[in-house]
Amino acid sequence: MENPRARVLVTGIAGNLAGRLAARLEADDRVRSITGIDLRRPRHQLKRTDLVRADLRSPLIARVIESAGIDTIVHLSTGAAVGSLQLFGAARKAPRLRKVVARSTTAVYGGSSAAPAFWREDATPGDARPPGYSKDAVEVEGYARAFGRRRTEVTLTILRFADIAGAGVDTPLARYLSLPVVPTVLGYDPRLQLCHQDDAVEVLVRATLEEHPGVYNVAGPGILYLSQAIRRVGKMPVPVPLPLVNGLERVLRHVGVPALPANLLYGCVGDITSLRERFGYEPKFSTGAALDGWRAAR
Amino acid sequence: MSQDFLRRRLAGQYEVDAYGFDRELTEQVLLPLFRPLYQRYWRVRTVGIENVPETGGALVVANHSGTLPFDAIMTKVALHDEHPAHRHLRALAADVALRLPVIGPLARKSGNTLAHHDDARRLLEAGELVGVWPEGFKGIGKRYRDRYTLQRFGRGGFVEVALRAGAPIVPVAILGAEEIYPMLANASVLARILGLPYFPITLQFPALGPLGLLPLPSRWVIEFGPLIDTSGYGPDGADDPMLVFELTDQVREEIQRMLDRNLIQRRSIFL
Repeated sequence: MENPRARVLVTGIAGNLAGRLAARLEADDRVRSITGIDLRRPRHQLKRTDLVRADLRSPLIARVIESAGIDTIVHLSTGAAVGSLQLFGAARKAPRLRKVVARSTTAVYGGSSAAPAFWREDATPGDARPPGYSKDAVEVEGYARAFGRRRTEVTLTILRFADIAGAGVDTPLARYLSLPVVPTVLGYDPRLQLCHQDDAVEVLVRATLEEHPGVYNVAGPGILYLSQAIRRVGKMPVPVPLPLVNGLERVLRHVGVPALPANLLYGCVGDITSLRERFGYEPKFSTGAALDGWRAAR
Repeated sequence: MSQDFLRRRLAGQYEVDAYGFDRELTEQVLLPLFRPLYQRYWRVRTVGIENVPETGGALVVANHSGTLPFDAIMTKVALHDEHPAHRHLRALAADVALRLPVIGPLARKSGNTLAHHDDARRLLEAGELVGVWPEGFKGIGKRYRDRYTLQRFGRGGFVEVALRAGAPIVPVAILGAEEIYPMLANASVLARILGLPYFPITLQFPALGPLGLLPLPSRWVIEFGPLIDTSGYGPDGADDPMLVFELTDQVREEIQRMLDRNLIQRRSIFL
């Protein structure tokens, strides 16, 4: 092997995927050290991961990258576009860096009735700003790509995950599906694509330790209709007329559901051909199996 | 419908394909809904359905008419009910149709998807029977006085897709749909305000109000023409504009020829 053992920095270490990834990396001979950054306390029992309680915006990050001799950054902290900007700024000046893996989401495509059934990675995300598209994720990808242009010798992998499902997974979608009655939009039934967390972690491990430059959609094959998914988890879909959806969203925020799934109208399904053929990974869980697994664990 | 069917539907325990085609819903609910229109109301007769291959990808190309796309639905019923292999037609729909509440999701569930190169090619390569109405809104939204005159066939995008997938083309002529809502005029200003491709003023609508939505009971013929093989040109043929143009023209002429022949043989619109 050409690479010496990796020194990995994982941002957002308190998150579910990050914790599981760190646990996998701890058990891997190819990894020399793991540093985890987060403001929150990690949920997973980690043994040889060095934890740094810090915000990504803090100038501390550059010093951590420097002092730990980081050569691989796995950026899993989500939602904080400013933090990402700072992180990639620090990464630009890190001489030993060889690889960056950035987490993104298929929500960069948004959902549209005028889109083909599957979004390919080369579709220009967010151009038309269709409903449900994630501005934050588009921004973070923008920073990652800008970084990649400056440091062309660094392997840059961007992973666009579908909604993550699996035991113990707490996502906006999971909270939404846990409501006693689940509101949907009257007359619409979006297609839903899920990624089982085991597949997500496996892809992250491979991206961290192997060479997979490029952008990949990561999801299980197949889809479920939203109404079907709601019924499969044993709930009732309650269709709400479109003009009332915004008001409903405000009410739900008060009871602790941060947001309805981004795309209640058309859904957003990524093409996983690249994942299969270029990345060389065949997901173990279909969308349906991912949902059933999540349900069984509840 | 059996109790078991309902129980499974209510538990979400059914399979749909990645495009959203819900085979069970289509066979058990949607096709039975339209079958009376097919059998009793429009008394559809098919000709040459044996030209449609039993297996493998093929592109069904038909003329478009009738103000509302009942012609596409009837072609779907014909291929499922009358073809020996009971094939499901995966029709390519305009985004306007897929955008509509209620209609849009049902269109997907019955096997339609967006008229887009990616979707069409993937379906053909997966061995599906794909249906396309290349005249689009120009065909379905044309006036009664232009009936059975084929409109422009786009830029031949459907031929490119067939060539790339190496799939044969089945030209189809649909007779009878022109007369279901004879369109006298298109209220184009109103259409623009409503964001629709056309707003029909038909013989019945809006003069008769909601009753005007009832289509007229014309008698239909759907003729499936002989297969046009495209595999000999190879996928690179799609990059040859002359070839694409010629094949497009060949398909168009074949459909027009079938329409003309059936029109001459037709004794009455309704009987």
